[in-house]
Amino acid sequence: MDDRNKGFQRLPAGRPGSVSFTVDGQPASAAAGEPLASALAILGYLQLRVSPRDGTPRGAFCFMGVCQECAVHVDGVLRQACLTPVTAGMVVELRGVP
Amino acid sequence: MSHDLIVLGAGPAGANAALAAAGAGLRVVVIDEQPAAGGQVWRAPWAGLVRDDASPERRDGDALRAALAKSSAEVRFGRRVWSVGGAFRVDAIGPDGNEVFEAPRLIAATGAHERVVPFPGWTLPGVIGLAAATVLLKSHGVVPASPVIVAGCGPLLAAVAAGIIKAGGRVAAVVDLAGPDEWLRASPKLLTRPALMAQGLGWVARIAGAGVPILFRHGVREAEGEGRLRTVVVGPVDATGAPTDGRQTRYAVGSLVIGHGLVPGAEVPRLFRAAMRYDRTLGGHVPVLDADGRTSVPGLYAAGDGTGIRGAAVAVETGRLAGLAAAHDGGGLGPERFAALAAPCRAALAHLQAFSVAMAAMMALRPHHVAGITADTVICRCEDVTRAEIEAAADAGATEVNQLKHFTRCGMGPCQGRMCGDVAAEVLAGKTGATRESVGQWTARPPLRPVPMADLMGRFDYADIPIPRPAPL
Repeated sequence: MDDRNKGFQRLPAGRPGSVSFTVDGQPASAAAGEPLASALAILGYLQLRVSPRDGTPRGAFCFMGVCQECAVHVDGVLRQACLTPVTAGMVVELRGVP
Repeated sequence: MSHDLIVLGAGPAGANAALAAAGAGLRVVVIDEQPAAGGQVWRAPWAGLVRDDASPERRDGDALRAALAKSSAEVRFGRRVWSVGGAFRVDAIGPDGNEVFEAPRLIAATGAHERVVPFPGWTLPGVIGLAAATVLLKSHGVVPASPVIVAGCGPLLAAVAAGIIKAGGRVAAVVDLAGPDEWLRASPKLLTRPALMAQGLGWVARIAGAGVPILFRHGVREAEGEGRLRTVVVGPVDATGAPTDGRQTRYAVGSLVIGHGLVPGAEVPRLFRAAMRYDRTLGGHVPVLDADGRTSVPGLYAAGDGTGIRGAAVAVETGRLAGLAAAHDGGGLGPERFAALAAPCRAALAHLQAFSVAMAAMMALRPHHVAGITADTVICRCEDVTRAEIEAAADAGATEVNQLKHFTRCGMGPCQGRMCGDVAAEVLAGKTGATRESVGQWTARPPLRPVPMADLMGRFDYADIPIPRPAPL
């Protein structure tokens, strides 16, 4: 768990109150509207999927909607986490992560 | 037709194109995937993030967003353009489902994406782009995991390293492909924009003040870790970007931030089979344009970094020019008025030339950079295609990138070749001894970006499907 303590960090700034959502069934929280890719990184979820051919671990890479590495299932639909704001009750499923 | 002009992209180029054309009386719609104008370079903080930021990028972005809000240009943010056709019809997916826009003129101002020249381990979670780090710092309000290695080339290196330090992160080292001699040679040209030069020196002072080493003429050899990045190996390179013998250093890290310049996002001109040319110092294949941003396709214009990497200030002016040209061609501006409004843009471009050319040169793909990619390194991230597989395809007769795609699936995945295209073409050209012009560019096809089928179809059930009554027997 030490990784989660020195991982991606929020800068000091004003943010909306936090909302709850789930990641692979586990409870999680983030500021309402925060980009999901960053919220996941801050929570310590760096690996978001495995590559389809070789099964190697992958996570958010370009953070601007180009690379598609951060695509996860959000409420059952494949979404790029870097373009998806966190909302209350959102159900996030990572793809192929053990 | 719903509009006189459609502008794709609301960065410095697209937003200024829209402002110029709307100012001349055209009915303009500007469409962007992000929730606010500014592009990546002047990107706004996400909607709920309240943060004092005295940077020129924030100031310029806020001014642009305010100007666009006051103008008559219609804005459609949070919309992903997935199809552009006809002359012209644009389909965009957003919160209200698919929307269709039609206009006789279209300006492509779709910006750039990052080039990262692969190395073993670059696909590990915890390795992110240099431009990605700028998005994290200025828009997401996030610092990458410390300690951070900041590596690659160009002005973003110092900007990102200084930004991480300022935000309380720890930078283990800045790793620059360029040597101090290159920066020294560029400095007279960089001094033509003293404010930017001063900003850059401020970044360097912050890096030095934090005791962070800057390793010139070095590159990342390898990234290692199980399931996520743990270690980065750094070693010397020569002026062409090829690795050289010499001491390698191993760093235990939380993240690696790396980028090797930008590639123009020219898929819309490509889709229309507009005349293109390859220019290494512009970042890759770019549309052939006249002085006002007209492509070879009637009614299609292009502006900004999607027409060659020249930076935000140039994008502002080329965007304005394209917007004015569209207004002129559409009958909204007489020739004299057009010439009067275009003159200050041309003067500004002439003034910006030296700086933007010098900066772009620092970000161009170095002639032997891909030589350091080992045989089993993945080049196409989406389809896990290695350098050895690309070279095997060349041996099997692939002479052009679309053949390479058919042979190997390189570039066929969901990023649609944006991440690997420039490097894959470079490797293929190197192996076959051909020029970059002759190995060509990916054929562009809709969808321009992946779209969830659920968004295209909307909500309906079986009973909503119209079934014609059976014909009587």
